[in-house]
Amino acid sequence: MPNKKKKAARVPMPEQAPEIRKRNFEEVPTGYTVKMAQQEAARCLQCKKPACVDGCPVEVDIPGFINLLTEGDLTAAIRHIWSTNALPAVCGRVCPQEIQCEGKCILAKRGEAVAIGNLERFCADYERENGTGALPPTQARTGKKVAVVGSGPSGLTVAGDLIIKGHDVTIMEAFHKPGGVLVYGIPEFRLPKEIVAQEVNFLERLGVKVECNMVAGRTVSLDELFEQGYGAIYLGVGAGLPSFMNIPGENLIGILSANEYLTRANLMKAYKFPEVDTPIPMGKKVCVLGAGNVAMDAARTAMRLGAEQVRIVYRRSRDEMPARKAEIHHAEEEGIEMFLLTNPVRYIGDESGRLTAMECIKMELGEPDDSGRRRPVAIKGSEFEMETDLVIVAVGSGANPLLTKSTPDLALNKWGYIEADLETGKTSKKGVWAGGDIVTGAATVILAMGAGRVAANSIHKYLTWGW
Amino acid sequence: MFNIVKREEMAEGTVILNEIQAPLIAAKAKPGQFVILKANEDGERIPLTMADTNPEKGTITIIYMVVGKSTALFKDLKVGQGYQDVIGPLGKPTHIEKTGKVLCVGGGTGVAVLHPITRAMKEAGNHVICVIGSRNKGLLILEDKMKSASHDLRICTDDGSYGHHGFVTDIVKEVLEKQSIKQVVAIGPVPMMKAVCNITKQFNIPTLVSLNPIMIDGTGMCGGCRVTVGNETKFACVDGPEFDGLQVNFDELTLRLKAYCDEEKNCYEDYCRLTD
Ligand SMILES: Cc1cc2nc3c(=O)[nH]c(=O)nc-3n(C[C@H](O)[C@H](O)[C@H](O)COP(=O)(O)OP(=O)(O)OC[C@H]3O[C@@H](n4cnc5c(N)ncnc54)[C@H](O)[C@@H]3O)c2cc1C
Ligand SMILES: Cc1cc2nc3c(=O)[nH]c(=O)nc-3n(C[C@H](O)[C@H](O)[C@H](O)COP(=O)(O)OP(=O)(O)OC[C@H]3O[C@@H](n4cnc5c(N)ncnc54)[C@H](O)[C@@H]3O)c2cc1C
Ligand code: SF4
Ligand code: SF4
Ligand code: FES
Repeated sequence: MPNKKKKAARVPMPEQAPEIRKRNFEEVPTGYTVKMAQQEAARCLQCKKPACVDGCPVEVDIPGFINLLTEGDLTAAIRHIWSTNALPAVCGRVCPQEIQCEGKCILAKRGEAVAIGNLERFCADYERENGTGALPPTQARTGKKVAVVGSGPSGLTVAGDLIIKGHDVTIMEAFHKPGGVLVYGIPEFRLPKEIVAQEVNFLERLGVKVECNMVAGRTVSLDELFEQGYGAIYLGVGAGLPSFMNIPGENLIGILSANEYLTRANLMKAYKFPEVDTPIPMGKKVCVLGAGNVAMDAARTAMRLGAEQVRIVYRRSRDEMPARKAEIHHAEEEGIEMFLLTNPVRYIGDESGRLTAMECIKMELGEPDDSGRRRPVAIKGSEFEMETDLVIVAVGSGANPLLTKSTPDLALNKWGYIEADLETGKTSKKGVWAGGDIVTGAATVILAMGAGRVAANSIHKYLTWGW
Repeated sequence: MFNIVKREEMAEGTVILNEIQAPLIAAKAKPGQFVILKANEDGERIPLTMADTNPEKGTITIIYMVVGKSTALFKDLKVGQGYQDVIGPLGKPTHIEKTGKVLCVGGGTGVAVLHPITRAMKEAGNHVICVIGSRNKGLLILEDKMKSASHDLRICTDDGSYGHHGFVTDIVKEVLEKQSIKQVVAIGPVPMMKAVCNITKQFNIPTLVSLNPIMIDGTGMCGGCRVTVGNETKFACVDGPEFDGLQVNFDELTLRLKAYCDEEKNCYEDYCRLTD
C-alpha cells in the first residue's frame, strides 16, 4: 500500500490563470474541493515519527489532522489544528512551507511533499464556510486584565489564548483596523482581508475588546496601563520601520517604501481610487528593490495596478532570494522580470522632482559573508541606467522606536529590538512581555504566533501564581 | 465615533473649526502636536494640528482649510455627527522655554497652529510679538485670540484691506532690525515659511517651522512624510513636525507636496460635481 501512495502525484492547487489574475485583486489560489483535499490527504504516509512536525515552529500535529481529514471528520480536523495554531487559514496561505513543514516531509526527499499548507487552509476555509461557528469553551473569569499592544498575528495569538484561560483581554492597535501586517502588508490576492476580519471577530465573540486608534507611547503609556489596573502587558508591535537605501535622489516623487505602497494599496484600498479617497502612484515602469515576500507583494500589486513593466532588482542571485518559492513562481508567471546581481546607486529625476530613471551597477558573488551567503561585490565600471517612474524600496525593516523611546526602562538590543527571554517572552520591565517581529526582527507569521503562545503561557502563570 | 460638539465657519467659509470629543487625546496633547482624522470607512487619513484642547471637557479643536476632497468631506460634517477615526496625539510637542523676546509669525490656517504655541510662549514668561497675515481681511482668522496670546500683535494683508499692506516678511524684517529677538516661530504655507527663514538666516536667529508633508500612519512606519533637514532625511511625523527652519530643504518639500496633485484634483472635482 505505501508504495502506491508514494507514486500518487501531489494534487495541484487550482489557481486563476496568470493572464487574468495579473490585473485583478482576487485571491490567486482558489482552494481545494473536499474531493481534492481528501485525495491529497491520502498521500500522507502517517509516519510514526513525523519529520514534518519538527519543521513546524508550533508543532501542528500534521499526521493527526490529516488522518481526521481522510476519515471525513472535518469538524474534528480543524479543532485538532486549533489546539496548536489559532490562525490556520492564514498560515496555510502564507507560511514558507517549503522550508518548514513540507521541507521536512519524508516524501519531499523522493518527490513531492504532502501539500500540508493547502490542507490546513482547506480545513480552516471549510469550517469558516460550513462550520457551526461554535465557540471553544472558556475557563471561569479570573478578573485579571491584560493589555495586548499590537494586533498582528503575535498579539492575536496572545489575546486568544488568554481569553480562553479566563482573563479579560484588550487589544490596542495604532491603526484604525486590527490585523497588523496581515491587513496592511500582505495583499488581498494572497490573503483576503475578510479572513483576517473573521479571525478578529472570532476573538471579539470570545470577549476580547479591540481598541483601534490607540498608539501606545502616545495615546497611552505602559505605566498608565498599569495604573488603569492592567496586570500584564504584551508588546507585539512588529518591525514597523522602513529601511531605505540612503543613496542620492531618494526623496524624489515616485520612490516609496514598501510599507507606504502596500499600506496605501491594502489598508487604504487605494487600488479602488477614486472610489475610495486615498491615491496610490500608478507607475508604468516599476522597479522593486529587494527579493523577499514584501518585494514580491509590492511587484505583483504594481502589476495589478496596470504597470507596463515590473522588475525585481536584487543584488544577489536567484538562490539567495528570501521570498517563498510559490510567490517567486507566481510573480514570474505574472510577467514580473528578475534583474538579479544588480544594485541601484542613485536616482535621477526631472525638474518637477519626479523620478525618471535609476542608475544601477552590476554585482558578482564573492566570498561568503556572516550570513553564510556569498557577498555581492560591485563590478567596477558596469554602471547603467534603467528608465523607471516608480521605485518601491523593499530592502527590509527595522524596529520602530516610537513605543520603546517612551518606555526607557525597557531593555533593547543594539538594533533597537526589545530584549525578551525566549522561554517566556519576559522583558526587563516587570509585568511586560514581548514577542514577534519586535523581538526577532522581521520574520514570519508563524514565528510571531509561536512567540505569542509562549508569552501567553508565561503571562497566565504570572497572573495566577505571581511568577 | 468621535463626535463633533461645536462647529464654526471662518474666513468666509474657507476655513472650518471643529471641536471634537476625544478625551484620551485631550488629556495628553501638548502644543505643536497633531492628530490624524478619517471621516468614514473609505476616507483618507488626514493630519491636522490641534489648535486647542480642553482636557476637562475631553475635547480637541482642529481648524482646517478646505483644499481638496477630504477636507471638503470634513466640511460637510455637522454637530452631532463625527469622525470614524481620530488618532493622536502625534509628533513631538513644541519645545517651549523662556528665552526673552519671541517673534511668532503665522499665515493662513497656520495661525491656528501658531495660537497654542504663542500662548505657551507667553505663559513661559517670554515677551511675545506676533505677526499674522492673510490674503485679505475676510480670510484672517483668530485675531482676538492671537491678541490675548501675545504682547504685541501686528496684522498684514496682501491686498491692504486690513493692517499693513504687504507680506508678513516685511514686518518680520522690521522687527528683527529694531529688536533683539531670541527665537522666531513661523507657521503657514511653505512659501511663507521659506521666505521668513531667508530673512532670519541673515540675522542668524533660531527659527522653528511646522512642516506639513503628506502622511499616512503618522507613527514612523511608512516614510511617506520624509523631509530633508540639514542634509539628513527625517520623518516629519515622529522627528517633527517642527524643525529648525534654517536647515529645512523647503524646495524639496514643495515638490513632494505635489506628488498626488493630478489624482487629487480630479477626485475633488468629481466630489464637487456630486455635491453641487
Ligand atoms: C508585505 C509583507 C509580506 C509578508 N509575507 C509573509 C509571508 O508570506 N509569510 C510569512 O510567514 N510572513 C510574511 N511576512 C512577515 C510577517 O507578516 C510578520 O513576520 C508578522 O506579521 C509579524 O507579526 P507581529 O505580530 O510581530 O507584528 P505585525 O504583524 O507587524 O503587527 C504589529 C501591529 O502593532 C501595531 N503597532 C505598532 N506600534 C504600535 C503602538 N505603539 N501602539 C499600538 N499598536 C502598535 C502595528 O500597527 C501593527 O498592527 C510578510 C511581511 C510583510 C510586510
Ligand atoms: C502635521 C500636519 C499638520 C497639519 N495641520 C493642518 C492644520 O492645522 N490646518 C490645515 O488646514 N491643514 C493642516 N495640514 C495640512 C492638511 O493635512 C492638508 O491640507 C490636507 O491633507 C489636504 O487634504 P485634502 O484631501 O482636502 O486635499 P488634497 O486633495 O489631498 O490636496 C489638495 C491640495 O493640497 C495639497 N496637499 C496635500 N496634502 C497636503 C498636506 N499635507 N499639506 C499641504 N498641502 C497638501 C495637494 O498637493 C493639493 O494641491 C497639516 C498637515 C500636516 C502633515
Ligand atoms: S503552521 Fe505553517 S509550518 Fe506549521 S504546519 Fe501549518 S503551514 Fe506548516
Ligand atoms: S512527513 Fe509527510 S508523509 Fe510523513 S506524516 Fe508528515 S506529512 Fe505525512
Ligand atoms: S507618516 Fe508614515 S512615517 Fe511619517
